[in-house]
Amino acid sequence: MPVISSGLDMVPADDVQPRSSSNLTRRILRRLGATLFVLWGTVTITFLVLSILPGDRATILLNIRSGQAIERTPEELAPINAAYGFDQPIAVQYIRYVSGLLHGDLGASYELQRPVLNIISEQIAPTFTLAIAALVLAWIFTIPWTLLTAGRGARLGAFGSAAETILAGLPQYWVGILLLIVFAIWLNWFPVIGGTGLVNTVLPTVTLAVPLAGFIGQSIRSEFDRAMREPFVLSARARGMSAAGVRARHVLRHALIPGITLSGWAIGHLLSGTVLVEAVFARPGLGAVLVNAVNTKDFALVSGILILNSFLYVLINFIVDLIYLVVDPRLRDKA
Amino acid sequence: MTASVTGQARAASERQRSIFKVPLSVALSVLVALFFVAAAITPAALSTHSPFDTDLLSSLTPPASDHLLGTDDIGRDLYSRIIWGTRQSLLIGLGAMAVALTSATVLGFAAALAPRWIAEPIDRILEILLAFPTLLLALLFVALLGPSATSLLFSVGIGTAPGYARLIRAQTLKVKSSGYVEAAWALGHPGHTIFRQHIAPNAFRPLVALFALGIGQSVVWASGLSFLGLGVAPPSPEWGALLEAGKANITVAWWLEIFPGVAIVFVALSFTQIGRYIQDRLEGTLHQ
Amino acid sequence: MNAFAQAQVMSHDGMGASRLILEVRDLNVWFGQDGDSRRHVVKGVDLELYAGQCIALVGESGSGKSVTARSLIGLAGAGSRVEAANLTFEGETLLGRSDRWWRHVRGSKIGLILQDALVSLDPLRPVGKEIDEALWLHRWGDRASRREKILKILGQVGVPEPALRAKQRSGELSGGLRQRALIAAAIALHPNVVIADEPTTALDVTVQAQVLGVLKQMLARGTSIILISHDLAVVSKLADIIYVMRGGSIVEAGPRDRVLNRPRHRYTQQLIDAVPSEHTKGTRLSADGGVLRPGLFSQSRGRSSNNRVPLLDARNIVKTFRSPDGIRRTVVKGVSFTLARGETLGIVGESGSGKSTLARVALSLETPDSGEVRFEGRIWTGAVPAEQRQIRKRISVVYQDPLSSFDPRWRVSRILTDAITLANPSRAQDARQYAAALLEAVGLEPVHLDRWPLQMSGGQRQRVAIARAIATEPEIIILDEAVSALDVSVQAQILDLLTDLQAQLGISYLFISHDLGVIHHMSDRVLVMKDGKAVEQGTADQVFYHPKHAYTQSLLASLPRLEYAQLRMAASAR
Repeated sequence: MPVISSGLDMVPADDVQPRSSSNLTRRILRRLGATLFVLWGTVTITFLVLSILPGDRATILLNIRSGQAIERTPEELAPINAAYGFDQPIAVQYIRYVSGLLHGDLGASYELQRPVLNIISEQIAPTFTLAIAALVLAWIFTIPWTLLTAGRGARLGAFGSAAETILAGLPQYWVGILLLIVFAIWLNWFPVIGGTGLVNTVLPTVTLAVPLAGFIGQSIRSEFDRAMREPFVLSARARGMSAAGVRARHVLRHALIPGITLSGWAIGHLLSGTVLVEAVFARPGLGAVLVNAVNTKDFALVSGILILNSFLYVLINFIVDLIYLVVDPRLRDKA
Repeated sequence: MTASVTGQARAASERQRSIFKVPLSVALSVLVALFFVAAAITPAALSTHSPFDTDLLSSLTPPASDHLLGTDDIGRDLYSRIIWGTRQSLLIGLGAMAVALTSATVLGFAAALAPRWIAEPIDRILEILLAFPTLLLALLFVALLGPSATSLLFSVGIGTAPGYARLIRAQTLKVKSSGYVEAAWALGHPGHTIFRQHIAPNAFRPLVALFALGIGQSVVWASGLSFLGLGVAPPSPEWGALLEAGKANITVAWWLEIFPGVAIVFVALSFTQIGRYIQDRLEGTLHQ
Repeated sequence: MNAFAQAQVMSHDGMGASRLILEVRDLNVWFGQDGDSRRHVVKGVDLELYAGQCIALVGESGSGKSVTARSLIGLAGAGSRVEAANLTFEGETLLGRSDRWWRHVRGSKIGLILQDALVSLDPLRPVGKEIDEALWLHRWGDRASRREKILKILGQVGVPEPALRAKQRSGELSGGLRQRALIAAAIALHPNVVIADEPTTALDVTVQAQVLGVLKQMLARGTSIILISHDLAVVSKLADIIYVMRGGSIVEAGPRDRVLNRPRHRYTQQLIDAVPSEHTKGTRLSADGGVLRPGLFSQSRGRSSNNRVPLLDARNIVKTFRSPDGIRRTVVKGVSFTLARGETLGIVGESGSGKSTLARVALSLETPDSGEVRFEGRIWTGAVPAEQRQIRKRISVVYQDPLSSFDPRWRVSRILTDAITLANPSRAQDARQYAAALLEAVGLEPVHLDRWPLQMSGGQRQRVAIARAIATEPEIIILDEAVSALDVSVQAQILDLLTDLQAQLGISYLFISHDLGVIHHMSDRVLVMKDGKAVEQGTADQVFYHPKHAYTQSLLASLPRLEYAQLRMAASAR
């Protein structure tokens, strides 16, 4: 049935669309502005939550250091309040906090009494490695799986999608436990207790990659199926291309687009997912530090890790957006 | 034309018939969900042993006819403990979802429908909150509130809320800009009627599916926090706590780590499956 | 039929008997599994195609024309079963061929051109690469010679600056250029036969004329074309032989002039009659009508006798939108018009000309940046909301896609009673009976009250939308491409219905369409829009027969028409 475009006059349906480089620059600048705004927001929200919500920070600080949980007298608290500036008005504390951040100062840990930045930089390498390795592995699982099962008939598709649903629904920590029991305890292929070497990294990586692969797979599949119904698929077949060729050379590229967005999102969640995986495999890293900090209410450290994580998250998503503009030229034309 | 008309009519009648004919996976999911709901309501009826009686003589026995899923280090029956832990695990999931959806609905609606000076800041705040991964946001609140079942419920609820709020906002915006809302404006209906008759009901519909989808995920998050030792503490048979308690004996008693996880996976998958099914049906009947 | 075809070909190229390229006997296509859900979509079709000839398969949606064509390149679709007594292409059978064999034939011997190149070419790849793919798949030449070839073909189909265009993606090209690029990809290897499936549908008329020109050149170079179209006017420009399809079968076949001038089958006659044009003005297009009960509209409606003030008066409307990245686009640039009681004003223009925005401003759903709209002399743009609502009840609107304008949770009864009680709360008691009367007025039946719009056909949905539009007893109905998505026979019924309602209820129409034939058929006066400006305004006959503006002239010159003596005679006889 002929559906003739009419609806929105706002969409320029015809004529060569304006595509100036200033348009692209403008877009990138807008994204950059939005990114900086979100960064500022995460810092501010973290600060507000920690300074306004219950619990006297000076008391907590003293208790952490002494290892006791008792009420403190004002005489005991006064020097702490003065040293950390807790007695200052909120606005002053906020300005000091933000200007500290701008100089790369995330404050000092309550418990360890060392700069938070140092603690993080010592521990981030194994965690970041793990997250990136898991993302790469998830993609390695997903692409052949999609090509093998998507767009090749209802039954194969249903099977592929059922497997993805189950994988995506598995809790990371339980996958880790399962792998640990089977491959480390029963089969003895890998060490039970974690370190950060290559051998110790295999199981944690697989643990994080499996549910993520299910998740990415779901979104790629639905886009794959949608693209399979597009007329350009028929055009390509009519040119003499094989069904497999169309899937690999045309459709896959369309299907990868939502996967790319999802990867930006996944990095942030992988970094936090390592918290659980590091606990399962007793693997050192940022996650272990964070769990300990939450347990002891070491707010300086908790907020430092939180801000760092959201910083990475926002930064990676900004990069993903730029990649997007390269992969999907349609976005460049859009208003 | 005739062919497409009968095609549509047939599709419609197939949809009608399939009310009584759900897919096998959904039927199984409903059965699993019903089992756990029953366990949560009357654990005594479904358990084989007391979940608290210790029996040091039969500690760490593997699954067998006497102890279906084995025993823990002080001889408590694991199956019965999982059954008795269901109530708390499900209630935390349910409560977290209630917290998440209530706040998400208010924020999502406001971000989509309120005047610009309210909607815009809310939208920005949601965007900022989304930069915190769920688990970290939940951890922040656990750190503030201290570990307990209630704080777990709120932490998971708050941790998952921003994502749901953005979903509800998007759905509401879609309804708001839909053809039927424009048609209602063009007819001359006042704004409050349009909200009551069209926007609210159509924006609310997907929430049912979201709720079912979310319960499973909340149980997963909450148990994860307990597993980290930041939620419900071990003497309780809450599933995450069971996992944490079993960690010490993982090399000798695999069942202590596997079966509580199986319960979590079953709940997560069955509720997800049910939620998906509701979602598909709503979309199927409403948008061709 | 054989004889017709032969005769036609001879008269066409004057070169004597041509070679039979494609022969189809008793082609049947089914979809779905055996049993209940199996559908027989192509039923016993016979076709013949001679070298250098263009045959056309004409029919409405669901007639099986596209499936027939696609069976000829072995791409009938997933879950299809194709059977035929004879399916021969250049002396070889097409039945039971392997995928490998087909891949060799597709693109090199038979090409396929689809509707709308925006989605028929991979939107992520440059068009040059798409053409290159056709060559590469058939192992044609090396990289450098392929590149040369691509530019040559693009030049052949009339793409200026082929080197530049080859690097652009379909989304970056204008409608005409991208459709040519699509054709270039299909004919890169000079296939003997090209199947063109609605190749000009959804294109603006000026672009349509250009694409038809390219197809004509292909014919002149000796390529045979199988043209699939719903549009008789397009078909009349190109085809030698016309096959009329309905419900999967061919109901009539023969040389073009014979089929169009002396159709033998009733359905063909119906199709021809249903095409609105300048010749059909004031006549009925279909054999169908609604039942209008007397007293459907209450007597009290405000037919103020003041006829000197126009009902709707728009003055110097300017409307600018800001896209999210801050670029301002002025969509309507100072347009004025008036609409008198009981008259139809047609607004015609190509896509993006600003006509729909103008309609939204007229409805006060958009506030113009400058200018004003008066309803019975009262300014209602920028009036207080309560007053605006009062006026909105007297202006209704019908959209192109009725389904999206119905709340998916509502049945037909609720859709109608909602509008009825809004306009006239005193009707709350008998709103359902009134709704039933409205359905009868638009040619539906009371049983449709309990239907879901989703279960209805496109034509039925549009009737419900019209019933809702008249439920508020409006004085004006804005019809925004209201018949554009309908099949021509359904469109004819709806246009007749609108004409009847106007005659009986005295409603004014603001009729917006891109279709010049529809506009001429319906309108008393016409406003031609181009790039947000009203380039020409006048009575329909003035504008169509003596266009003053160059743009209107080019529009009318590009419009494919059914120009046959018989048609005019038929029109004047009725």
